[in-house]
Amino acid sequence: MSPSSAPVSEVPAYNPRNYLNSPATGLRSWLTTRDHKRIGVMFLVATTFFFAVGGLFAMLIRIELLTPGPTIVDAMTYNRLFTLHGVVMIFLFMIPAIPSGFGNFLLPIMLGARDVAFPRLNLLSFYVYLLGATIALWGMIHGGADTGWTFYTPYSTQTVTKVVPILLGAFILGFSSILTGLNFIVTTHTLRAPGMTWTRMPLFIWSIYATSVIQILATPVLGMTLLLVAIENAFGWGIFDPARGGDPVLFQHFFWFYSHPAVYIMVLPAMAVISEVVCTFSHKNIFGYNAVAYSSLGIAFVGFFTWGHHLFTSGQSAFDAGIFGVLSMFVGIFTAIKVFNWTATLYKGSISFKTPFAYFVGFLFFLVFGGMTGIALATVSLDVHWQDTYFVVAHFHFIMVGATIMAFLAALHYWFPKITGRTYPEGWGLVGATLVILGFNFTFIPQFLLGNEGMPRRYYAYPERFWPLNVASTAGASVLAFGLVLILVYLLVSLRSGPVAGPNPWHSRGFEWFVPSPPPPENWEVTPVITHPPHDYHHAGEAPPGGVEPEPRHAS
Amino acid sequence: MNELMRRVLFLPEQASEYARGVDRLHFFVILTTMVAATGVFGTALYFFVRYRRRSDTDVTPHVTPRPIHEILFIGGPLTLFLVWFAIGFPQYVSLQTPPKDAMDVYVQGKKWMWKFAYPGGPSAVDTLRVPAGRPVRLLITSRDVIHSFFVPALRVKQDALPGRYTETWFDADRPGRYQIFCAEFCGIGHSSMLGEVVVMPAEEFDAWIADQRKGLTRAQDAAPAPGEPVRAASSVVDEGRRIAAEQGCLKCHSIDGSPHIGPTWLNLYLRHEKLKDGRTVVADEGYLTKSMMDPGADIVAGYQNVMPTFQGKLAPPEAAAVVEYIKSLQTAAGVSGPSEPPIYEPVKRPRQ
Amino acid sequence: MQASPLAHHFESLEKQAHAARLGMWLFLATEVLLFTALFAAYGVYRFLYPEGFAQSSRSIETWIGFVNTLVLVTSSFTVAMGLDAAVKGNGRRTALLFAASVGLALVFLGFKAIEYAHHFQEGQLPGRYYTFEGVQAPGASLYFSLYFLITGLHAIHVIIGMSALAIVGALAWRGRFTGEYHIPVELAGLYWHLVDLVWIFVFPLIYLI
Repeated sequence: MSPSSAPVSEVPAYNPRNYLNSPATGLRSWLTTRDHKRIGVMFLVATTFFFAVGGLFAMLIRIELLTPGPTIVDAMTYNRLFTLHGVVMIFLFMIPAIPSGFGNFLLPIMLGARDVAFPRLNLLSFYVYLLGATIALWGMIHGGADTGWTFYTPYSTQTVTKVVPILLGAFILGFSSILTGLNFIVTTHTLRAPGMTWTRMPLFIWSIYATSVIQILATPVLGMTLLLVAIENAFGWGIFDPARGGDPVLFQHFFWFYSHPAVYIMVLPAMAVISEVVCTFSHKNIFGYNAVAYSSLGIAFVGFFTWGHHLFTSGQSAFDAGIFGVLSMFVGIFTAIKVFNWTATLYKGSISFKTPFAYFVGFLFFLVFGGMTGIALATVSLDVHWQDTYFVVAHFHFIMVGATIMAFLAALHYWFPKITGRTYPEGWGLVGATLVILGFNFTFIPQFLLGNEGMPRRYYAYPERFWPLNVASTAGASVLAFGLVLILVYLLVSLRSGPVAGPNPWHSRGFEWFVPSPPPPENWEVTPVITHPPHDYHHAGEAPPGGVEPEPRHAS
Repeated sequence: MNELMRRVLFLPEQASEYARGVDRLHFFVILTTMVAATGVFGTALYFFVRYRRRSDTDVTPHVTPRPIHEILFIGGPLTLFLVWFAIGFPQYVSLQTPPKDAMDVYVQGKKWMWKFAYPGGPSAVDTLRVPAGRPVRLLITSRDVIHSFFVPALRVKQDALPGRYTETWFDADRPGRYQIFCAEFCGIGHSSMLGEVVVMPAEEFDAWIADQRKGLTRAQDAAPAPGEPVRAASSVVDEGRRIAAEQGCLKCHSIDGSPHIGPTWLNLYLRHEKLKDGRTVVADEGYLTKSMMDPGADIVAGYQNVMPTFQGKLAPPEAAAVVEYIKSLQTAAGVSGPSEPPIYEPVKRPRQ
Repeated sequence: MQASPLAHHFESLEKQAHAARLGMWLFLATEVLLFTALFAAYGVYRFLYPEGFAQSSRSIETWIGFVNTLVLVTSSFTVAMGLDAAVKGNGRRTALLFAASVGLALVFLGFKAIEYAHHFQEGQLPGRYYTFEGVQAPGASLYFSLYFLITGLHAIHVIIGMSALAIVGALAWRGRFTGEYHIPVELAGLYWHLVDLVWIFVFPLIYLI
């Protein structure tokens, strides 16, 4: 590694020539950009908007459930609300948010590349996302759908609501997902900087890579399945219609063949973010790099063979249930490996309890309890009681939503200085994190208990003995919503008036922190030569790759 | 211990030995989860304090795991998970294999009611009577979309699929009344598709079913709906009322004037109904009969096309009896000009 | 394409070609999975309704499928020849061979259209439109649902592949490719081979067994 030649004082704190203002500013230059960073930012803005839309639906649902009977809407509207909540949150927020947003922004930088392999496809992916979102939104405004986001047949093929545009929207969004995944895989294979071997890649990239594999292999099957439901609903071709010899359970197999791996499309990027955050804020190399890296691939692989655990009560044979149950345990094992390795990373570290680290703690909590309840659900006999109750709702909100939101917020705070060149207020950050984590727990712990008590999901009205826990859940949701609004407000304020961050406010040795903040359009002024894995804190004091010294390090 | 854990976890009462077995696994799972989580979080917490940052220039050592660490990381949870599975899976297998001497009951889900039929015996809507201490096998199917038969107190759930039969069984040992839910989303009436398992002492049940078979108390389950204006109580009207309750008509059609999933029956006879497509019809005998047999033909404005057909389900005299019953539901102010178009109102709070 | 085919973020043309090839293979993998879902549905229903499927399969004209198989295989051959010409730097020859492939694709679609017209006359239509008297075994209407889904999706792919061949062929005619740079020719060829390969699976499933 060559020592840096650039004197420290020549590195400006706020990079004046950055991707935000060059080559040009103005709407047109953004809408036609091929810069992965701009596309990433546009994805972040769009997904955050849909997060707000989905959150609004969630609050309406919780308010409706505040009393056992009708509260603010009628049954039909309620059914539409929870369907749209699921569709928006899953297809428009959680699946694209971290991979297409942060992944797009960071993956080429971390690899030492100037851009993704196919920049035009990358932009196309964003427009396909917008097209799919527009069609789905059109469907929502003109009647919505009342099937639940799972679109179970034959209900979804008989419903009179506007399910076809929503299915088509999700189908089109799948292509956006495929394009992004394809781009990331090719980029990782062909555009690594010199010296960047597979085992020197940041763990963020390993996880995003595993996510991309799932996106490519699972999404086409979902696309076909949704198309079949749409055709069935519109023309009655009978594929899933028992009256014409079709098999409605076949739909469930097809659907979960995608949608169970899709859960890992949401969780793996979260794990990607957390692997970076835990290293930076404990100033430690990851404990067990190989274990964390390969467990990502393991999750991606095993995730394809567990779909049947959604069908334990659908009349599956005991043999099938046993196979799917055991395979589901293996996903738990891979997750457990990660949890242990992250925890062990803290050992002999130098832990700085900043906002992203607070989200790491929240993430660990949701992942452990979400994961363990997931394994409990895979023990088959317990699942029979819990299937389609609020226990399942709480479980998947813990593992997939809790973990993803924690990682999304951690990423938002951790990379905020890199993306915007400015810092957020740390005190407000911790307040926001506390509110969100507590609010989330108060929302969903009562739902675990409701599920135990036997309250089925998607109930518009419920017997009065479920009342107290529902009130508790709604109260928790209000705290959660308040926390999220607070975070949005201070981040928006910091966007203009936050203090300038400098290239490396966290003293991190992740590769992306060795480029100026915000990064220049070409990312790296000179192509870096990589000689160490990232987060090599025992090398502190040595110059990073790429010849840009981030900041003076006081001699120790 | 059992009782304490059950209350802490908000579990419903345990009405069978199977339920108690599942709960024992449940408690084991929860306790081991808590121990494992405490271990992880305790360690993390210790590290937070012990290795908190002291200065910005802390240099940390490069720590890498030895193989034994990773083996422990994999072996520990794998053992625990497999133990859970080894307990849970046999329970599931036992739930899948009903004993040979089990009493059969046919269960049919349809929007939005449960129908139970005993071989060679009576049938009932929404109330499943079973003997305590005897195994009962349920053969479950659906008339329309997927439903799911769920009795929390028995820890039993099985999807009702259109076009095929699924089965499950239970052996309730405590007499009592336990709620049935529909657990698979099936439309606007999903949360009101409730029912009850009535577990009776075995002798009582035997007596009851013997009675039923003799046809002496055929209408026992068809409780007369409350708050109904009592008028001409002819025997045909009573018969119609009984059939309406048995067929589940009253789950969607109120008889007190309140709009429900379907239009109310109060003052329905000879009412001028405005249809979805703009036409207006007079709800005479012909219209009422047609609506039972071909419900999608003339939908009243403001309502969804959700009613199943009763073609082949109701014999002509039965349909006529239901019409007579509807005709009897008149208040004094009835039959005076076209009614206002009904406004859709949500499902009412489910009964307890 | 810019004046130089090398994009700014690649260090060499070779690496860029590698990336493009890898991307195409991944894309083809997604295409295969798209059809796999339909083949899986076919497998399930064939298992559930062996009689209805066998009878329906016999009720359609095998010779059309057979001729179409020959046509597609030949077109794949001309595409491979075209790629070979491109590697040797002979753009005109590539263009002519691709034109021949497009012609064969049109023949394929022509036969398909005749076949579809026949099905419409006979009432061999999917789901609730099925009115064919010849086969009344259960599952026959499902066979035709899947028949139209699979062959319809395949026909769409034929049209897309045909357009790609036409565009690339036109570019080759104008001399846009050289012995060193002919990645679009290669990718269009790969896509066409996939379309052919899918048909190789469709033909026995639909017509023979």
